[in-house]
Amino acid sequence: MIEFNNISKRFGEKIVLNNVSHVMETGKTNLIIGTSGSGKTVLQKCLVGLFEPDEGNILYDGVSFTEMNEDERKMLRQQIGMLFQGSALFDSMTVEENIKFPLDMFTKQNNTEKLKRVNEVLERVNLSGSNKKFPAEISGGMKKRVGIARAIVLNPKYLFCDEPNSGLDPQTSMLIDQLIKDITLEYKMTTIINTHDMNSVMEIGDNILYMKDGKKEWTGNSKDIIYAENKNLNQFIFASEFLQGAKKNMMQQQPK
Amino acid sequence: MSFIYHFGRYLIMLKGMFSKPENPKLYWKEFMHQCSEIGIGSLGIVCIISIFMGAVSAVQTAYQLVNPLISRIIIAQIVRDTVILEFAPTLVCIVLAGVVGSKIASELGNMRVSEQIDALEIMGINTKSFLVLPKILAALVTIPLLVILSMVLGIIGGRITIAASGIIPTALYDTGLRTEFVPYNVFFAMAKAYTFAFIISSIPAYFGYFVNGGSLEIGRNSTKSVVVSCIVILLADYVLASLLL
Repeated sequence: MIEFNNISKRFGEKIVLNNVSHVMETGKTNLIIGTSGSGKTVLQKCLVGLFEPDEGNILYDGVSFTEMNEDERKMLRQQIGMLFQGSALFDSMTVEENIKFPLDMFTKQNNTEKLKRVNEVLERVNLSGSNKKFPAEISGGMKKRVGIARAIVLNPKYLFCDEPNSGLDPQTSMLIDQLIKDITLEYKMTTIINTHDMNSVMEIGDNILYMKDGKKEWTGNSKDIIYAENKNLNQFIFASEFLQGAKKNMMQQQPK
Repeated sequence: MSFIYHFGRYLIMLKGMFSKPENPKLYWKEFMHQCSEIGIGSLGIVCIISIFMGAVSAVQTAYQLVNPLISRIIIAQIVRDTVILEFAPTLVCIVLAGVVGSKIASELGNMRVSEQIDALEIMGINTKSFLVLPKILAALVTIPLLVILSMVLGIIGGRITIAASGIIPTALYDTGLRTEFVPYNVFFAMAKAYTFAFIISSIPAYFGYFVNGGSLEIGRNSTKSVVVSCIVILLADYVLASLLL
């Protein structure tokens, strides 16, 4: 479980996060949603320590992350996996080397054990046989899956995903969503996903935090969202006439 | 204010490099990789410019020494001393600031922009220590070796020109090289080589590590890193010459 209280962050005069508090639950896919510039990426970067919040406290399973020293943070970070928006794979390494890198760095396993683990996670993300390919040789969806494989190779307790669907076609997007959802349950992780993908919200949103202008605007799950009365949220989620029609259908199928 | 900000951040980056490595084997591997990139990768250009600067130095010295009262043997001494004192350490390092410096800045800049540095940070790796320190150490090991090679090739380049053009007999050139040789000059050149190696690697590393923006910024910072490195090399050259000569 990750809990954060009264997180504020400003860059110069601009307030990017304004007193945001929420609890990210274990074994659930926790979504941070909001329009571009609403502060969700900054919030996620604060949670993993890439940015220092100006105010507020972050607790990982009750232990204060904000008060940890650098060594304690390094230890905790070995329990964190992160999938970046652009996948952030190391260009000069093959898929296998990318996934093996955290094992090389942090474990004392021999090479056979490491390769066995690499093949396990590659199989888990349906990429068996892609070991020797370079990131430049694989598609965007495959890169995301390699990113997920690298993020979970050390069996992390916490998984962060920054816009995992960006740049993907709807079908691949759904596969990535389902993969993240399945892995979350399988590894009993606390998963935090930044997204503005409507399908992700409806399909895997166990615990949703909607942000607007750096503030927490609404929380709930994918069922609650259909009946949410928050005007900004409705404008964001059901932006087009098509989606408003879909909302009406969903309301008929899932009465309150 | 901007200079103080950048200098302070540069010093903090250097301080941040020193931490216990997460896995010394991987750090060693990265260090060897950088030695190969910086040392072997620059070998060709260093050989070419060294031979030509020795050759040009010999021709131009001979051109200026028209007074019959001055012994022609001095051509060899001038070639030797200018190559050892200035051309090999300074000129080669200025060229390397372009070759190696832009490579370091753009490599780190690209890693920053594509979030690869963030990915390493999230894994719990000290990125300054893992990415910057091996580059600086590799430069400190390989660049002085390249400077020594450049000294040898510069002097050989001069000899080739002398032999080809017949300015003076090669035997006279060889005698001139051994006449009034001051070993301290080599020590001075090596002091410059180590100083410049640190400048060539650390300044571009700073500009690359702290790139903010996209590919345009990588290009800008890469150029800026070469310009700043060259200026600092020339400044350091003057300071070292004032202090050590």
